[in-house]
Order: sequence, then C-alpha cells, then structure tokens
Amino acid sequence: MIAKYALRFGALGYLLFLLLVPVGLVFYRTFEHGLQPAWEAVTTPQALHALWLTLLIAAIAVPANTVFGVVLAIALVRHRFPGRGLVNAIVDLPLALSPVVVGLALYLLYGTGGWLGGLADHGIKILFALPGMILATIFISLPFVVREVVPVLREIGTDQEQAAETLGASPFTTFRRITLPAIRWAVCYGVVLTTARAIGEFGAVSIVSGRIEGKTETLPLYVQSQFEGFNTTGAFAASVVLALIAIFTVLAMRLFRPKEGI
Amino acid sequence: MRRISLTFLPLLVLAAGIVVGAHAASAKTTLALVAYSTPKDAYAKIIPAFESTAAGKDVSFTQSYGASGDQARAVGAGLSADLVALSLEPDVSTLVKKGIVPSNWNQNSYHGMVTDSVVVFVVRDGNPKKIHTWADLTKSGVQVITPNPFTSGGARWNVMAAYGAQRAQGKTDKQAIDYLKKLFKNVPVLPKSAREATQVFASGKGDVLLTYENEAIYANKKGVHTEYVLPKQTILIENPVALTKNGLNHSEAKAFLKFLWSSKAQKLFGDTGYRPVLKSVAKSAKYKYPKPKSLFTINSKSLGLRGWKSVQFRFFDHSSGIMVKVIGH
Amino acid sequence: MATNPAVPVSRPGAVANRAGGALARGIAVGYLSVVVLVPLAALIWASRADGAATFWDEITKPEAAAALKLTLVAALVVAAFNAFTGTAIAWVLVRDSFKGQGMFNAVIDLPFALPTIVAGLVLLELYGPNSPFGVDLAFQRAGLIMALLFVTLPFVVRAVQPVLLELDRDMEEAAESLGARRLAVFRRIVFPNLLPAILSGVALAFARAVGEFGAVVLISGNVPFKTEVSSVYISGQIESDNPTGAAAVSVVLLAISLAVLLAIGAFRHWRTRHDR
Repeated sequence: MIAKYALRFGALGYLLFLLLVPVGLVFYRTFEHGLQPAWEAVTTPQALHALWLTLLIAAIAVPANTVFGVVLAIALVRHRFPGRGLVNAIVDLPLALSPVVVGLALYLLYGTGGWLGGLADHGIKILFALPGMILATIFISLPFVVREVVPVLREIGTDQEQAAETLGASPFTTFRRITLPAIRWAVCYGVVLTTARAIGEFGAVSIVSGRIEGKTETLPLYVQSQFEGFNTTGAFAASVVLALIAIFTVLAMRLFRPKEGI
Repeated sequence: MRRISLTFLPLLVLAAGIVVGAHAASAKTTLALVAYSTPKDAYAKIIPAFESTAAGKDVSFTQSYGASGDQARAVGAGLSADLVALSLEPDVSTLVKKGIVPSNWNQNSYHGMVTDSVVVFVVRDGNPKKIHTWADLTKSGVQVITPNPFTSGGARWNVMAAYGAQRAQGKTDKQAIDYLKKLFKNVPVLPKSAREATQVFASGKGDVLLTYENEAIYANKKGVHTEYVLPKQTILIENPVALTKNGLNHSEAKAFLKFLWSSKAQKLFGDTGYRPVLKSVAKSAKYKYPKPKSLFTINSKSLGLRGWKSVQFRFFDHSSGIMVKVIGH
Repeated sequence: MATNPAVPVSRPGAVANRAGGALARGIAVGYLSVVVLVPLAALIWASRADGAATFWDEITKPEAAAALKLTLVAALVVAAFNAFTGTAIAWVLVRDSFKGQGMFNAVIDLPFALPTIVAGLVLLELYGPNSPFGVDLAFQRAGLIMALLFVTLPFVVRAVQPVLLELDRDMEEAAESLGARRLAVFRRIVFPNLLPAILSGVALAFARAVGEFGAVVLISGNVPFKTEVSSVYISGQIESDNPTGAAAVSVVLLAISLAVLLAIGAFRHWRTRHDR
C-alpha cells in the first residue's frame, strides 16, 4: 500500500522537477517583467523572420518526408529486394545519430573542397543557405512517417490490395482507395512527429546555417543568439513560442497516437 | 496523402509567394558582413548611419557574428561575405591564402585596422579578490575566464597580452611561457568566443574575465555587475576589416569600407567602447581612454613579439603551437 | 503477409504493380541517397583524407579520448537510470489511477517536442547560478547528467507503456491468489515480459544521450576533460578549422549509432519471438 503511494509520488515528483518546473520556468521568466516586454521581444523583425524561417523549413521538409516516407514504407513492406535490411537501417539511423554529425556531413559535402562544393561556384548555394538547412532538417526528421506506417502496412496485409489487383485496378488506384485510407492515421501521427522534430532542430542546423541574422537564423538558433547577447527576455520569449508549439504537438500526439505504438 | 498534401499545398504556395515577393521587392544591393563576436552593437549603429548617407542609400546588409577564427573558417568554407570584420590580422590572412580576400587589403594608412582596444581584467563589483596585476591571475583559488584561442580572436589577444606583459617585466621567453602554463591552470572553461566568455562570466562563473576593453564596457551597459581593471602592462588590440573579392565587385562595399574610417563611424565605434583609430576622434576629450603604463603591440620586437605571422604559427598552430601544450593538460 | 498462390501473376495489374514497385524503390533509394548516404559517405571520406595514422591520432588525442569516454559513461549512467525511472513512470501511468494522470501522460512527450536549446536554457536557469533552489550544477557533470536525463525521459516510458497495457493480468492474479508477494510477482512474471521493451527504450535513450548537443551545450559548460562530450568536441573541432579531426570522431559516433540500431533490432526480434 505504502509502496503504491511511494511509487506514485516518486515518479510524479521526478517528472515535476525534471520536466514540469523547467518548462513552467520558461513561461515565468518570459512574463516576469510583464506582457508588453515579452510581446515586443518576440515581434522584432529578427524574431519574426526566425519564426517564419523555422516554419518554412518545416513546410518543405515535412511533406517531403511524408511523401517519401510512405513510398519507402511500401517498398520496405510490400517488396522483397536485396539491401532491404540496409535501407531499414538507414531509415532508422537519424534516430540514433548525433545532429552534430549530420551537420558536419553536410558541411563536408557542400563546403568548399567538398564533393559538391563546386555547386556554390555556379551560384547554387547549399551550405550557409536555405537548401542546406532544409537538407539537414529532412535528414534528422526522416524516420518518423516510415516507422509509423510500416507496422500498419504489415498488419493489414495484402488481401484487399490483391483483391483490387485481381479486379483490374491500377496500382495507383489501389493505393489511393485501399492502402492510403488504411494508413492515414499512422501517416498523421508520423506527420506530427516529423513536424515536431523539424521545428525543434538545433544541432545540425547550427553547423550549416552560418548564423546570418535575418536570413539563416531559425527560431532555436535565435534563442541561442539572444541568450548570448544578454537579451534574456528575447531568448525566453522565443522559447515560449517554441514551448507552445511543443505543447500543441504533444496534444496532437495524444490525439493521433496509435494504440500500440510509441 | 491527398489530405496531407491539401493541407500543406497552400502553405507551400504561400511560402513560395513570400520568398518570390521578398526578392522582387528588394532592388537594393545587399552586402554581406561577416564579423567576429563583439562589434555587433557597433555595427547596429554604424550600418544605419551609412544607409542614411548618399552612398548607402540603396544598400541593405546581412550580418553574421561569431568567434573570429570560426567565422574565418566559415567564409573559407563558402559563407558569403563582401566584408569581413575580424578580431585580428591572421584571420584575414587565412582568407588571403584561400584566395577570398585580395592580398592588398591592408594598403591604407591604417594598415586595414579599423578599431583599437586593449586587454583588460573584468572583475566582480568591488573586486573582492583584489585582482590588479598579471601575477594576481595565477594565485591559487582565482578562476580566470578566457575563450578558446583556437576559435576566438579575443583569446589570442589575451594570450599575447599575458606573454608580452611578462616580457615587459623583464622575464625571459621561457619564463613567460611558464607563466602561460600557470595561468591556464586557473582557467576552468574555454568558451568559444569573446562574447560567449562574457556570457559565462556574467552567469556567475569565474573571478576574472580577460577580454577586450570594449567588451568590458558592453557588459556594463548590459547591466552585468562588474568593473574592469586596466593592467599596468597590456597589448594594443587592432581589429582589421577587409573587402573580399566578392565585395570588390560592389562600389557600395568600397564606400562602406571607406565610411568605417570616417569621423562619424569612428565616433560610433568610440560610443560602443572601442578606441578610435582616426586621430582627430581619438584625441577628442570624449573618446580619450586611459593610457596603460606599458602598452606594447604584436610588433614589439624587444618583447619577442615579431608580428602575427610568426606569433600565430609559434603559439597557435593546431599541432605544434605552444598553446596546444599549455591547454592540453 | 498473406499471399494467394492461386492468383496467376501475368495480369496487367500485377505487371504494372511490379513496375510501380521498382519505380517506388528507385525513387526511395534515390531520396535516401541524396539525403543520407552521400553526406555520410563524404563524412567517412573526409575522416580518412589525411590517412589512417591521422585518423587514429585524432580519436586518441587526450581531449578527444576524454570526451568519448565521458560521453559513453554519461550515456550509460543515464540509460541505466532511465531503465528504472522509465519503468516506474510507465507503471504509475498504466497501473495506477489518479486525478491529472492524463496530463502527466501527455507531458512525457515534451522532451521530444521541445527544441534542445530551449531545454538547455531552462535547465540552466533552474539549476545553474541563478537557480531559485540555490543549487548550481552548471559547468559540472551533474549538470550534464540532468540535461541528458531530460532529453531521454520519453524513451523507456513509451517503450514500456504499450507492453504493460497489453499484458494479460491472469498470470499475475493467479500468482497473487496463490500467495506470492507483489514484488515476487513483478520480478518473476511481469518483468521478464517487460525486459525486451525496457531494453529497446534503454538503447534508444543511450543513443540519444550519446549524440545530444543542444541541451548539453549551455549547462555543462563544455570544460575539456571534465564536462565536454563528443558532440561538443566535434563542434569545437569544426570551429577550430580541424574538419578531419571532427570527421574522425564523428565516424566513431556513427559506428556507435549503428551498433545501437543493431541492438534495437535484436531486441525487437526477441520481443516478437512469440508472434512468429
């Protein structure tokens, strides 16, 4: 009996001090000096641009990873091909790999002297520009849609799809009418996870961005630069925006969470 | 997929529209300024001042600030820059070697140096640990904050100030290097830039911060409770600005460079804590800074300082530099 | 996957399906190559650009080796700690019942959704020099561990929860009715069923802790030999214009990540052994 309460309060206490109090502190520190300074801090041109840039990168990376994620999932589950295990491992790799390593890899590939460093000489700027940041974000948010769709595809089996095929449906029709509706909630959940990861990305993007204010500074990078510049209100205000997005994401995760999945 | 693409399609279109719109709207010339970590405040004033002149009418700037060595490295790796404002000459020289900055960048009467400063000790309000001399820095129990010399320009100025100060007091080269070893034993953390070092000190770590005088003044302005001590012996810091080969293509960039040595810009530098290089401004009462008793430069041969080219290699080479041994305990 | 061998394969739909499959695979592989494979290949190439001797030097340099050691030890400590706390939290969220349980359940995902730099900032504010609690964990290993505990929180919890939910309580109830004490019931009946899930979660937490950067970079102070982890060391090497050194240590981290993925695959295999 005591054990039950001890466990409960131990676990909740841990969550309180590690998680809730810190996040609560973001809100407290932001609005400590009132609503007005916080609002002003978060509506400076630099902050607004950082927010816009973060959302823009997500708006490109997330659909890309969604579309290709579904294609990859179908390829992994429905077709046997040599190297399938390797593809599986590569898809999962961003979950286990440090974002700094991701940033460095892109830096080495697209920087001066890298294999694709010559692109910059022809006016195609990848590194220290938007495309590099998008590529970094796509890399680190790659796995989620795939990982959510794969178990569902496995579970539903191919009966219906084969039946459709027998009846003469084209592959695209089969996909549109049978596969897609079956996986749509898994895709939604995957999209939520991908978006959260894309918006919150810091490490990889900080290496490939070049810190150009008002141009390659995402909101997480803005938080760091404000903190370093002694503008703590600005840093915390931007953090609140990101925390609100995170909370919204967490609620969406609750909504779409598949019953057995993580 | 259709449902999802329906959601994102309007977003994408909107985003594309904004991007295209933004490009269409700016018929201006945009110049890219890449600078070290501390002059952000100064350029925040100088750039608008330039933009209000005739030469700067249709010019806008993008700015990037970070540790001097780090920024030079980034420009070398492809970061676009029309102007580089770095902490010390060697960082510009690496860009000359990489063919990004023309080799005649410093052919003017100021040798390409746009601001001066000195190395100072920043201490807590009231100087509780009574830190006044270089010898005080090596006392036990004193924690010294200085950035990492392999990334930060300010850190290299700090090291050479420390070394030069020992030589100025009559010590030999070997003794001066031994001093550096003792000093770095009191250094608990190496932030990557001068600005980050100020941040670390402001957050409560350390008893004394070695930094540029202009950074000490900046910290005070930002409400950090510190005062600073001008040591008896210290080095004259000279910060270069250079046009890159890209920048040479824009007459506006050349105009901005020239503007930096104008009385107006030099006064703005003075207002943000720098020592102006323009003599007429430096002599005026408002910008007259205290003169250290023993001020030396990186070219003070009698103290064993034979210019950045030899010093950079001797002290700060990544594999054979003296600082590799000093820091790597 | 159920297949019907009686369905002949030579059908327009089937052929198009196979062609579509090949196209899909081609596109998928192309995408993966551009996004993941080519950059990683460039990384591995750069690490050996100055020769094998330099590669070895770069990863055995005192500062690099110290960072690697600290990274692995800290990650292990944090992962092991999470094994306990994660399971305990999952238990409280599944088997217990109290007001506000739903909210606690939801916030578990917060470390996943919150940008790491924000996490680092708030942990610094809360447990650093300006701490309202009067502690100061900044620039120390304790600060590093706290940051890592924050970001690895969800993994074990979310791995264990679904297994706990699915668990058939019959055996537990039978054992209890026969007089077994609760701890024994847990140890002998529940725990073996949870173990593969716990290990999966621990492996993910470990991998995350090894690679963490944003949360760590502010509070731990990145003091070489004391609180500098490999991700920060790599970042420092990039900034000091030593890309070969950065690449060499990165390859080590890459190898660790791949090893962890293999382990997770093995645990998954083990966990689903009853389904096959």
